[in-house]
Amino acid sequence: METIAIPAINFAPIMPEVILSIFGMALLLVNVFVPSEQKAYLGYLSLGGILLTAVTVLNGWNAPVSGFSGSVLQDNFAVFFKCIFLLSGGLTILISDHYFKREGCNVGELYPLLLFATVGMMLMASGTDLMTIFLGLEVLSVSLYILAGLNRASLKSNEAGLKYFLLGAFSTGFLLYGMALTYGATGTTRVIKIAEFITQNGVVAQNPMFFIGMLLMAVGFSFKIAAAPFHMWTPDVYEGAPTPMTAFMSAGPKAAGFAAFMRVILIAFPTLKADWSALLWILAVLTMTIGNLIALNQDNIKRMLAYSSIAHAGYALVGFTAGNAEGTAGILFYMLSYAFMNIGAFAIIVLVGKKGEENNNVSDYAGFATKHPVLALAMSVFLFSLAGMPPTAGFIGKFYLFSGAIKAGYIWLAIIGVLNSAASVYYYLRVMVYMYMKNPVEEFDWMKFSAPVTLCIVIAVVGVLVPGVMPAYLLELAQKAVLL
Amino acid sequence: MSQFPLISVMTFLPLLGVVLLFFVPKQSHSVHRMLAMLVTLATFAVSLPLLTGFQSNAEFQFVEKVPWIAAGPFQMNYQVGIDGISIWLVMLTTFIMPIAILSTWTAVEEKVKEYMICLLLLEVGMLGAFVSLDLFLFYIFWEVMLIPMYFIIGIWGGKNKIYAAVKFFIYTMVGSLLMLVALVTLYFKAGGGDFNLLRFYEVGLDPATQTWMFLAFALAFAIKVPMFPLHTWLPDAHTEAPTAGSVILAAVLLKMGTYGFVRFAMPLFPDATAKFTPLFAVLSVIGIIYAALVAMVQEDVKKLVAYSSVAHLGYVMLGVFALNLQGLSGGMLQMLNHGVSTGALFLIVGFIYERRHTRLITDFGGLAKQMPVFATIFMIVTLSSIGLPGTNGFVGEFLVLLGSFESELRWYAIIGTSGVILAAVYMLWMFQRVMFGELNNPKNQTLADLNAREVALMLPLLVLIFYMGVYPTPFIDKMSPSLEKLIVHVKSRQTARAQIPQMPAPQAMPAAMMPPVESK
Repeated sequence: METIAIPAINFAPIMPEVILSIFGMALLLVNVFVPSEQKAYLGYLSLGGILLTAVTVLNGWNAPVSGFSGSVLQDNFAVFFKCIFLLSGGLTILISDHYFKREGCNVGELYPLLLFATVGMMLMASGTDLMTIFLGLEVLSVSLYILAGLNRASLKSNEAGLKYFLLGAFSTGFLLYGMALTYGATGTTRVIKIAEFITQNGVVAQNPMFFIGMLLMAVGFSFKIAAAPFHMWTPDVYEGAPTPMTAFMSAGPKAAGFAAFMRVILIAFPTLKADWSALLWILAVLTMTIGNLIALNQDNIKRMLAYSSIAHAGYALVGFTAGNAEGTAGILFYMLSYAFMNIGAFAIIVLVGKKGEENNNVSDYAGFATKHPVLALAMSVFLFSLAGMPPTAGFIGKFYLFSGAIKAGYIWLAIIGVLNSAASVYYYLRVMVYMYMKNPVEEFDWMKFSAPVTLCIVIAVVGVLVPGVMPAYLLELAQKAVLL
Repeated sequence: MSQFPLISVMTFLPLLGVVLLFFVPKQSHSVHRMLAMLVTLATFAVSLPLLTGFQSNAEFQFVEKVPWIAAGPFQMNYQVGIDGISIWLVMLTTFIMPIAILSTWTAVEEKVKEYMICLLLLEVGMLGAFVSLDLFLFYIFWEVMLIPMYFIIGIWGGKNKIYAAVKFFIYTMVGSLLMLVALVTLYFKAGGGDFNLLRFYEVGLDPATQTWMFLAFALAFAIKVPMFPLHTWLPDAHTEAPTAGSVILAAVLLKMGTYGFVRFAMPLFPDATAKFTPLFAVLSVIGIIYAALVAMVQEDVKKLVAYSSVAHLGYVMLGVFALNLQGLSGGMLQMLNHGVSTGALFLIVGFIYERRHTRLITDFGGLAKQMPVFATIFMIVTLSSIGLPGTNGFVGEFLVLLGSFESELRWYAIIGTSGVILAAVYMLWMFQRVMFGELNNPKNQTLADLNAREVALMLPLLVLIFYMGVYPTPFIDKMSPSLEKLIVHVKSRQTARAQIPQMPAPQAMPAAMMPPVESK
């Protein structure tokens, strides 16, 4: 790659993005020549791209490089998040072919778009300039709008795409306006320079423009991570979007939103911790409570997991509110575990579903354990992890998030968090009640297994159980990746 | 440290059984049963050297300590050990498990493999919780226990199983999650380091902090005990659970709550313990009386036994909060007694349910003529549950009442004593209606008496009922050093103790005087 000889520019910090973009563009071309029933090959190719990118990313561990006059920085924080994105992208690819073949809309553009979305997320994680972060966010969002509406034959999918587009554009407006105001107040878009500006001109805090800027940025990011009260788009989009894309959106982009949110808030505004902590406290409580309460009453399993994913953003916000090493490391660990458990659960939903997004109600799982005991067991592992039961990664993640809050003195926040967690148990158990304790209504004979989906489930189970029993290694990595 | 890791082998041996069971084909039910039986027997065998090798002193023994998670601020160890308090509960668990499994031989015909897996996982959780000396490790086992029990009730339970299972799960979960918050707070107050329980014992917290942390811990444990008014999950869970589930729930799982008070809540928060002693004594006594009255009017035998559990656990809590040697050792003994007697009662209910598929008292009557062996066993167990002298129940209840009478809880002891009479009323009345009278229901006229398997699984329990009733000394001897240490620990740290109005307590009975109980 050194053949591109432009001396002033160091490509190293964006090398993973470059590789993945090249793969994406190449796949767009290859796609034209692949007949529609063989689009799986594109999936394998894109997996290859993801693996290659992952190797490049992992090489950057403990070797932070910055480039483009400080507008991107690939530090451990970025590497950790990039691994989460690549993982969720990879797992999603594994379950995509199965789903889209069954739905009869085998569009090859799916894979390049997934790769572009991943590129966008990676840029968000390593962006240290508001503009870079915005650029990454747009690359991600535009790809996601299309992915959500990918199933052209389905009205719901179309609705999801359009809704996501409208509300996404709206939230982007907030974010951009916030960035503009911050720029106006501080004269820079470099995250670190904003912090320097604040320390040098201490009283800048009295400038209302600056505060409104921070607030609007927080609103924009809250849209992206689906924090209440900016969560309205989530249930409809998650329910309507093709199931693999829902899995992807709930894991990757949410983590990307947190990465950018954390980078901006923790690096640019450390001096205003008291202010943003108070703001995040309210956001966390609202997000957890609203997500869980509404999830209690959902019959569609995708919609239920959509509300649960809102609640999970709330748990992560608890760690963010704490703003200390435990809390932020907790977010990293939790986002990784969440990718495993949520995509794992969606993989099973993909398997159980019928053509036309049918069989997605919780009651359709009646007697599932009698017919498919192993799959039901895997689903239980994911659900217990989502509920935060030991010995799963979900428990360890929540433990760290709440411990961070307790250490920072937010005991009430932790108590609200655990009570929410207890309430959430009810709707996760409900799926298990149907799987194990009701008699089968259906034979589940339409279910076909395919190697990639099975692989995805196996990876997810391992990813949930191993860090649940032996979390030390991953936790150490997360500790080394925090921004503080 | 180089010694053989006896505790770990015992704790995780059932897990090996689970792994083996995965490889047994789904239809080979008898293999599943045999395998589970062998594994639990082996676990019992492994636990025996713990008992014989246990020195009667207050120290933790057979301690194992291995670093487990060391990341960031936290340092969790895999640290296990037993002392005089946990040894008997461990033994009770390993002892009751083979009996529970034998009891399901013909009762469970569906999904036998999964059933056995759940039972074995439950054993891992229970043993782990009793031997953990690391608070984080304890919490993991404590939570893990919930999952298999939830499935046992929910899959193999009765008509209302789902309601009972979910209620059981969520009740327990709410309590334990609040305990988790208190646990982490305690950790940070102790200045970080590791989660070693013995280290936390030495942390002197101010009374205000102790108050709310004690409440969080106590809520988790009180739900598990269960204490009035948090007991409502218990009758549901007991009634709906399959026989083995009820046996384990009564014999071991409820002891988690009382054990939690003795091991964690009281020594960690001595001031709060003093502050809340009156409250818990009141709740215990209400539990004793209220549960006895409710038991009296039950039409379902199993529900009656479930309510009698609440009453018995009330005695245990009263003895524990008396915080003197008689009360505590009475409470500990009563835990074991309750495990044996109520476990046996649930087995007995299981026997008749398996034969008649009903548990309503009115469906029976005159069974003694038809089933003489059953009648004899039932009578012995009933008397033991009432606490007749010569059976185990007497020793425990006597010591509890004696201990609380001599502590500041004198009046509670006096009121609690009336529960003994009530217990005799509801148990004997139930026994009379089921076993005596006319054998006029034609369905009952063909009932078969207990078979060899059923007698075999009751025999060890009967032996224990008499052994513990006549000669409880070995039990008390092994536990009293640890209990004495606990009492000294708690009382010496109660700064607020002086503020509590003291009853004029007579001279405490020396430990040497305790064994003569059997002569009564």
